[in-house]
Amino acid sequence: MNIIVCIKRVPETADADVSIGKSGKDIDKSGLAFDLNEWDSYAIEEAILLKEKLGGTVTVLSLGGEDSNESLRKCLAMGADDAMRLTDPAFDGSDGFVIAKILAEAIRKISYDLILTGTQAEDDGYGQVGVVLAELLGIPHAALVNRLEVQDKKAKVHRELEGGLEEVYEIDLPAVLTIQTGINEPRYVSIMGIRKVAKKEIKTLGTSDLNLKVEEVGLSGSDIQLDKIFLPPVGEGAQMLEGKPEEIASKVFDILKDKGGLA
Amino acid sequence: MKEIIVLAEHRRGELRDVTWEMLSKGRQLAESMGAEIGVALLGKGVSQIAEALKPKAHRVFLVEDDRLECYNSETYEKVLTQLITERKPLLTLVGHTAMGMDFAPGLAAHLKMPLATDCIGIDAAGEAFSTTRQLYGGKVNATVSFLKKGPYMVTVRAGAFPVIEKGALPGEMVKLPSPLTDEGLAKRFLQYVEAAIGEVDITQADILVSIGRGIKEADNIPMVKEFADAIGGTLSCSRPVVDKKWLPKDRQVGTSGKTVKPKVYIAIGISGAFQHIAGMKGAGTVIAINKDPKAPIFSAATYGIVADLFKIVPVLKDKIKELKK
Repeated sequence: MNIIVCIKRVPETADADVSIGKSGKDIDKSGLAFDLNEWDSYAIEEAILLKEKLGGTVTVLSLGGEDSNESLRKCLAMGADDAMRLTDPAFDGSDGFVIAKILAEAIRKISYDLILTGTQAEDDGYGQVGVVLAELLGIPHAALVNRLEVQDKKAKVHRELEGGLEEVYEIDLPAVLTIQTGINEPRYVSIMGIRKVAKKEIKTLGTSDLNLKVEEVGLSGSDIQLDKIFLPPVGEGAQMLEGKPEEIASKVFDILKDKGGLA
Repeated sequence: MKEIIVLAEHRRGELRDVTWEMLSKGRQLAESMGAEIGVALLGKGVSQIAEALKPKAHRVFLVEDDRLECYNSETYEKVLTQLITERKPLLTLVGHTAMGMDFAPGLAAHLKMPLATDCIGIDAAGEAFSTTRQLYGGKVNATVSFLKKGPYMVTVRAGAFPVIEKGALPGEMVKLPSPLTDEGLAKRFLQYVEAAIGEVDITQADILVSIGRGIKEADNIPMVKEFADAIGGTLSCSRPVVDKKWLPKDRQVGTSGKTVKPKVYIAIGISGAFQHIAGMKGAGTVIAINKDPKAPIFSAATYGIVADLFKIVPVLKDKIKELKK
């Protein structure tokens, strides 16, 4: 079972105070910590679990600059066998469709039985790359997979729907599955683990290695572009309870009595 | 005639709300550009659903086939390829839902249609469109425009557009032949699996005390549980807590979990991703506790407390216990 996993390094913004950067087209990323995209951490874990059960290899692919090596090495430390980085200044400004096209060209050079991606990325959240990749490679796919069993040349997959419902499919391999969070428990990677893979070679491929023309990638190959970003308009918003913790607690008590029927 | 087409989303005999939202937004866009609105309905034995859709569109494109009984990206892609190729709509709207996320990117790539996903705003300028979507978990919004010519596809976030009632449209029924054959599919629907029924039904609680990513570790949950017990509340949570297996799925509030309508909802350490807000916006009163004053949850809350949950929650518990005496 040879598995390819496509991953992305993203800034951690869940707890961060986010501000708009000078370009007006992205946030100011200085001072932010970066990590493997959360959805991708579940995808790589699922690939390694399958490898442990069925044998084979796990190859990790990422599109990005040298910074992305950090996330690729994290995947190697988790148990991936090989890592490959797709990089070229011409890739800047690529939309989800072009990113899938670049990944597809790299993947055509590798033999595989299964491709896993995260369902979406924490940063731009288009949720597009995995499904387009399947279309470009001409293989079946399923998105939002939260359970997966491989049997011979087939997989049984559960897709997460709304309201706790799931739908189950049988899908022929090779296929692309986009992985939903919660499917497994991604293993912890120690600093020692990262050190062990620090010297492992990460191959890089650019436009000319991938049978792509410069005009097919980056903004010139893209269907959409981001014009600007702005802070979301604040609605009515909440009435803020301020004061010492005890004073706030008294106000909460009053609200609970008034609105919640607190006995 | 220029046209905008909405794909009706239905499951197990029921239309999903995002369909009405898209029809409402689609109609407004169509009117602003002198176009008409059509709705595509794919299924088996869905004539009642088709009837319900009629007043909302100029045309209902109905494709019925036994093979369309349950959604499958492969059958949907074939049918919609035929429909879009024939009708050449200016814009096709699809829900950014478990269904739309599964097929729209592939269909758009197949038809070489520019696609913008998970949009919360759509504006028309001539026959072009620009969209608004969110980045970084809703911390910033972005304007995204198309670089190539249409027809375009946009996937729409559920709950982003209001349903505005307007006068009935003609709703001409257009039955289209199904292009599907008995040729085998590479992806075969087997069954639905219902959510497991847990010990506690959070949808029945008057007071919910809900925790999110801010709780940091499973060991911190008992502290919040004690607070919940002190006020007679039930413990619930947002998605990250379930993903980490700290609480069972039946405690999850949000799009992929449960929709709740308690009298009081207390969100502790929950930033307020739209999937979560969609599950709790029906609450009577919402009290949000978060250390980030810009957290989106404060826009959905009645009362806000900017504080470190580890400091404020024990005080809340002790003080309220004292006041109750």
